[in-house]
Amino acid sequence: MAEIGIKDVRKTYGSTPILHGVDLNFKSGEFVVILGPSGCGKSTLLRMIAGLEEITSGEISIDGKVVNNLEPRDRGCSMVFQNYALYPHMNVAANIGYALKVAGVPRAERDRRIAETAKIVGLEELLDRKPAQLSGGQRQRVAMGRAIIREPKVFLFDEPLSNLDAKLRVQMRVEIRRLHKRLSATSVFVTHDQVEAMTLADKLIVMNKGHVEQVGTPLEIYHRPRTRFVGTFIGSPAMNFFNTTIAPSGDHVLLDGIKQAIDPVLGGKNVGATVSVGIRPEHCRLVPAGTVNSVPANVDFVEELGSGRIVHVEIDGMSFAVSVEEDQFFEQGAVAGLQLPAEHIHLFSLQSGLRLDDAPVATRQPATKTVAA
Amino acid sequence: MNKRAVFKSWWLPVLFALPQLLLILFFFYWPAISVFNWAFTLEPAFGGAGERLFVGLDNFRDVFADREYWRSVSLSLFFAFTATGLSMLIAFVLAICVDRQLKGSGLFRFFYIWPYAIAAPAVGLAFRFIFAPESGLIAVVNTWSPDLWNPAKYGSHAMILIIICFAWKWIGYNFIFMTAGLQSIPRSLLEASSMDGSGPVRRALDIQIPLLAPTLFFLLVLNLTESFVGPDTFGIVDLTTEGGPNKATDVMVYRIVSEAFRGLNYSGAAAQSLVLIALIMVFTFIQFRFVERRVHYK
Repeated sequence: MAEIGIKDVRKTYGSTPILHGVDLNFKSGEFVVILGPSGCGKSTLLRMIAGLEEITSGEISIDGKVVNNLEPRDRGCSMVFQNYALYPHMNVAANIGYALKVAGVPRAERDRRIAETAKIVGLEELLDRKPAQLSGGQRQRVAMGRAIIREPKVFLFDEPLSNLDAKLRVQMRVEIRRLHKRLSATSVFVTHDQVEAMTLADKLIVMNKGHVEQVGTPLEIYHRPRTRFVGTFIGSPAMNFFNTTIAPSGDHVLLDGIKQAIDPVLGGKNVGATVSVGIRPEHCRLVPAGTVNSVPANVDFVEELGSGRIVHVEIDGMSFAVSVEEDQFFEQGAVAGLQLPAEHIHLFSLQSGLRLDDAPVATRQPATKTVAA
Repeated sequence: MNKRAVFKSWWLPVLFALPQLLLILFFFYWPAISVFNWAFTLEPAFGGAGERLFVGLDNFRDVFADREYWRSVSLSLFFAFTATGLSMLIAFVLAICVDRQLKGSGLFRFFYIWPYAIAAPAVGLAFRFIFAPESGLIAVVNTWSPDLWNPAKYGSHAMILIIICFAWKWIGYNFIFMTAGLQSIPRSLLEASSMDGSGPVRRALDIQIPLLAPTLFFLLVLNLTESFVGPDTFGIVDLTTEGGPNKATDVMVYRIVSEAFRGLNYSGAAAQSLVLIALIMVFTFIQFRFVERRVHYK
């Protein structure tokens, strides 16, 4: 159990900046997920916490103690690697117990703790196997066992599930969450998979191009994306966007020449602003063509999901994805009406990409904000 | 999928292979058969002409009865193991340093291979000058205390000298293989190990050496064979100590050549050659049989 403080941390490789000043605080026992596309610096940040990567400038502290110049072994973190990094020449027991062996823990106690850990991660039967003889999920468990046997203050996960098949990934996700509940060590989990991020996180951090875009609970980030990027990155299928200007009355924008209502208070403050209007596919509605307050849309194609379907419609050359219920059917080529409920519309400044109600002051930690309906 | 070239006529492939076949025939099989022949016959007293007398195992009996010969065998063994150990140990330390990307490692990686490209006699000659007790670079130690270093006088010093020469030449070769081997170990294993609490030495012992074992085993076989019978050993001994002082560095390869071409005892030398070949076979067998078992191939 430990707090982690990250203060204006920067990283450059040669002259290439990777992280441009990151400020974050993780509370003790929190499950923090860092989400971002590849190359956004999330793994670098994790490796800097671990001590595997040098900190160019800034400060990282664990439990109030600055660890910038500490070796990895003195930081009290353990890490699960993306490719597991199991020692191929040692069997499962030796892999799990390696940290204790290095620490000089006596044989008897070591064996006891290996057995205990193996039970937690469900590997009792496999202690004599070599990593090469294990399946992907089993290797993943060994890596977890190796991390938890040390009873670390901090767990670091570097995309640990990305090498597993979809079914196993879901299963391991649940196990990781359960393990965290049981051990309640501060955990930092890096991933590019938004479903993993949403399901695991107490606190979700979205990163892009070396910047922290937003910090918040998964729900806050889903409902109030602070930037257009966060809006695009979270949610599947991705948020729909169209660019337009807020009408002088402040209560609508035009979509294909038809009035589309927006929050009048917010619109009133930003009359004449060029904005990117975002709305999630699950918040759009498709109604019969000609319904009041709907924009005529051509059905482009339909993606079948079983439990529902995603209808891709086209308005004035722009494409919108709409999630519809199981009982709603649309023919390809048909004309329907698209309704965008004003309370679900997100407005982002076209210039800065920032959410309009947040702009221009960048709030790094909107943790206390109320969640929009 | 078969990429074999097919020749229509039989003589073309034979023609292509002929130069190599001739080389092997004249420089390998013919001498080998001659050695075999000589080892069991007696050279006529004045050489060349005359019927060679078949003497069975007499040549071998003579060789084995000679105490000097047994001394040469033990010197060879000592030389082979020490030189191999020293060369591999230093190469390993250097390779680890380069692998950790310490300052200047790129430059050193480039320089370390050079010694291997130098012919052994040239190495011997250079070291003879460097280690000359009266005038070499090392001569300064003799001003601290007389005869602190004198390979011309003390057998142990001479042995140290040839071991250093051999190790120096082979470090580069070992280094390249070890560096390549170390680089093929996934970085994340070392990172995992350091997260598990190990320092650089512990990582080398627990992770790098076991995973490098196939490479180390290959180098061990090669170094031992080369130092035991290799032309490098002969070249170095011939140019630095000439087997002396008082035959203190009279290793088996050197002894065979000097018996044959200076002592003109072809039969005895041939018998010794056969013994040497047998010894190498035993060595290699032991290594593959017992050492290889402990190697973890991935």
